[in-house]
Amino acid sequence: MNQYPLWKNLLVLTVVLLGGLFALPNLFDQDPSMEISAQRDAVIDQATQSRIEQALQPAGVVAKGMVIKNQKMLIRFKSSEDQLKAMDLIAAELGDNYTPALTLSPDLPDWLSGLGAEPMYLGLDLRGGIHVLIDVDMESAIEQAAERYSSDIRTLLREKKLRYIRISRENDQVLVKFNNAEKRDQAAEAIGNEFRSLNLQSLDEAEAFLVRASLSPAEKQEVQKFALQQNITTLRNRVNALGIAEPLIQQQGVRRIVVQLPGAQDPAKLKEILGATATLEYRLADTEHSVEDAVNGRVPPGSNLYHERDGQPVLLKKRVIVTGNQIVDASSGLDQRSGQPAVFVSLDGVGAKRMRRMTNENVGKPMAVVFIENRVTTRMVDGKPVKVKKKVEEVISIANILEPFGRRFQTTGLDSTEEARDLALLLRAGALAAPIEIVEERTIGPSLGQDSIDQGFLSVMIGLALVMVFMAFYYRVFGLVADLALMMNLVLIVAILSMLQATLTLPGIAGIVLTVGMAVDANVLIFQRIREEIANGNSPQASIQAGYEKAFSTIIDANITTLIAAVVLFSFGTGPIKGFAVTLAIGILTSMFTAIVGTRAVINLIYGHRRVKALAV
Amino acid sequence: MQIINKGTHYDLMGKRSLALVFSGVLLLIALAAIIVRGLNFGIDFTGGTLVEVGYPQAVELSVVRDALNQDGFGDAVIQHFGTPRDVLVRLAPRDDMESAVLSDRAFSAMKGIDPGADLRRVEFVGPQVGDELTEDGGLAMLYALIGILIYVGLRFEYRFAVGSVIAIVHDVLITIGFFALFQVDFDLPVLAAVLAVIGYSLNDTIVVFDRIRENFRKMRKGEAIGIINTSVNQTLSRTLITSGTTLLVLFALFLFGGEIIHGFALALIVGVVVGTYSSIYVASSSVISMGVSRADLMPVQKEDGGQDEMP
Repeated sequence: MNQYPLWKNLLVLTVVLLGGLFALPNLFDQDPSMEISAQRDAVIDQATQSRIEQALQPAGVVAKGMVIKNQKMLIRFKSSEDQLKAMDLIAAELGDNYTPALTLSPDLPDWLSGLGAEPMYLGLDLRGGIHVLIDVDMESAIEQAAERYSSDIRTLLREKKLRYIRISRENDQVLVKFNNAEKRDQAAEAIGNEFRSLNLQSLDEAEAFLVRASLSPAEKQEVQKFALQQNITTLRNRVNALGIAEPLIQQQGVRRIVVQLPGAQDPAKLKEILGATATLEYRLADTEHSVEDAVNGRVPPGSNLYHERDGQPVLLKKRVIVTGNQIVDASSGLDQRSGQPAVFVSLDGVGAKRMRRMTNENVGKPMAVVFIENRVTTRMVDGKPVKVKKKVEEVISIANILEPFGRRFQTTGLDSTEEARDLALLLRAGALAAPIEIVEERTIGPSLGQDSIDQGFLSVMIGLALVMVFMAFYYRVFGLVADLALMMNLVLIVAILSMLQATLTLPGIAGIVLTVGMAVDANVLIFQRIREEIANGNSPQASIQAGYEKAFSTIIDANITTLIAAVVLFSFGTGPIKGFAVTLAIGILTSMFTAIVGTRAVINLIYGHRRVKALAV
Repeated sequence: MQIINKGTHYDLMGKRSLALVFSGVLLLIALAAIIVRGLNFGIDFTGGTLVEVGYPQAVELSVVRDALNQDGFGDAVIQHFGTPRDVLVRLAPRDDMESAVLSDRAFSAMKGIDPGADLRRVEFVGPQVGDELTEDGGLAMLYALIGILIYVGLRFEYRFAVGSVIAIVHDVLITIGFFALFQVDFDLPVLAAVLAVIGYSLNDTIVVFDRIRENFRKMRKGEAIGIINTSVNQTLSRTLITSGTTLLVLFALFLFGGEIIHGFALALIVGVVVGTYSSIYVASSSVISMGVSRADLMPVQKEDGGQDEMP
């Protein structure tokens, strides 16, 4: 007699129920919603909620639900019309310190969301959005560090009154040249004491005594780590300011950053903001020398030649008053006198002090605002990637200092209110510690994402139907039991994907389709064995027993090898491919359970407790 | 219902020299195609920019070409994708523009034709990323093979491990050769499919090997070749049925899964067909050629304990 012990039947029942429960959220509709996050020191609380309610009320927009979670507020609406109307109202009511973002959220009953059940997490290729892989230019980061050291060494040598001939930087090294060996040795000692992370080397060349300082490997690593972390922080600030729900910003490897922005619509704009290195510098204009001479190649030492946006040449002092790094806050608006777009800037303590001193000493003289932007591109030259760097420096405004100022002031001269807004956003988010370059982009429009979901669903259903019909014809009652297991398998895959919140991608759906085809393999193996046993003249009950038993080790061996392939795929794969590996692996595991334990439980129920003359297999 | 009648006993292994010739010819064609024609690598591997745009109405390619020409995208490759309303454009890198903004400019040019144009997809892969991917893909295949070699070697015997790896290499080469011969785009999903073919091909092979091992232990008489032939016959209907159901779902995927998944489904269809054939012929005849005997497969103490237990 074929009977499962009670605990095994209960196990199957429990798995089936839990699977059904956790797969359930995927059946519910998604509500158009809005996620509101607070910027800087703003808070989200009950007061914010009532402000929003009051702002929505006059327009007749009713929120379906409002929840505050993790310092974010989620508001659900009945229609996307309401959602868009509310977007404008809420943005106007809450102002700059809050960022509303459009999103979707499932309309789950409370008891279900209370269990922590969620629908599957769809990848960008299904929900639409932008995926970019950003490469941080570590060589530049290290060069910048070397540059900082060279200026620190200059200051140190001046303080210690050690005369040098020249300090120069070559890639990641700083070279200091001296008249004689004695000075050089003193300096080397001073530098060594002050900067322990530098490797020093003394060189004697013809008539020249040199110290070569280079960054130690540990220091280089530290610089790179810092550059990466700082860039991630800056990118996160920028993305948050843009108002995108559920952004993902993550380190990948030692020099790359992945940014995923689901549902984002305007890739051109986003890439501009992400990659932008725009910042400002404030310099005094050089009025003592002639601009014409400089244009003809005689630039005075102490000054540099710049151009205004209309191409007009300007001569500016080399010394910078304040850089973008000293800006702690910025917002955009209109200049009250001229009505031009303006950026309102606040400086940190050091910057404010410098600005006050400089403007005090130079009232009536012109000061210039320089707009700086770095661009990096990789090009293939003779089959090898070569990085091309371009620095854009434009004078956006030049005006006489009317009165001394310090911490807060405004800058005009920008082309449009939009440019002012973007610049304010960039200044606020902080500068990138090292230049970045977008090395990969995958943007999926929302229409394609939805098409992929629909087509994927359709192929799963058609594939499932075909296999089920075949199995029912071929193995009759046993085939129907296998069909039941196959459906259960699908439910379990969906449930596990939902529980793990693993990303479902289009190749992931393909993996599910493939699993449907391969999942019946275990049952085919078992049923063929049962047929063989019957053909060998064994009794029906003994045949069932022997069929399951003999097929078991074959099934395990066959599935483990496929699992090995899935694991390799997972460890090598990028986003979409990982999705395929995940569904394939989950499918293999669940199908072993449903096809072996699941079908056996049902077969036992049908045949186990009675005398059987013939099996419908 | 039966695909193969009970008691059928084809002399499958007797025709293995014929199969050897057949496999040899297929492999030669595949290798020649890979070497001479090469694979039509997608931008995932070569690097480049690809833009897919959906128009509200069918659009002539010449109109799109003119619009792109005007904006300096003279060397863009333009084609319909799936429907006459969808247009796929491949862009070459340009000196006067950052690669990351190429797609934006091309899309605005294409939007000039019809403001209702919808940006369906942008893929931009920098050259360094493409190179890394090619390298990683090759390594992944190697790791998968090594992992399988070890597992099969431990579970069975080294000759079986070698036999299954020969079958895998056979299947993978022919699948890739198919893509080279017909110049079908070889992109990242296709590579994933090829890796899945490794898993599938093996799955089939293992089932046959399992039966061979079992029969060697059970049948005390008979030549190795005869036992292997019986084993392949006994597993034949299972092999055909499982391949059949897998092909059913793959055709569903190929026909209804959308353009993006086409190459993926195609690679698996080719892989499953070849894999079915190779699990019958290639894997088993390799084992015969390496001279496996009963003594090699007698149960080792260690194995007796774990394997034939009840589920």
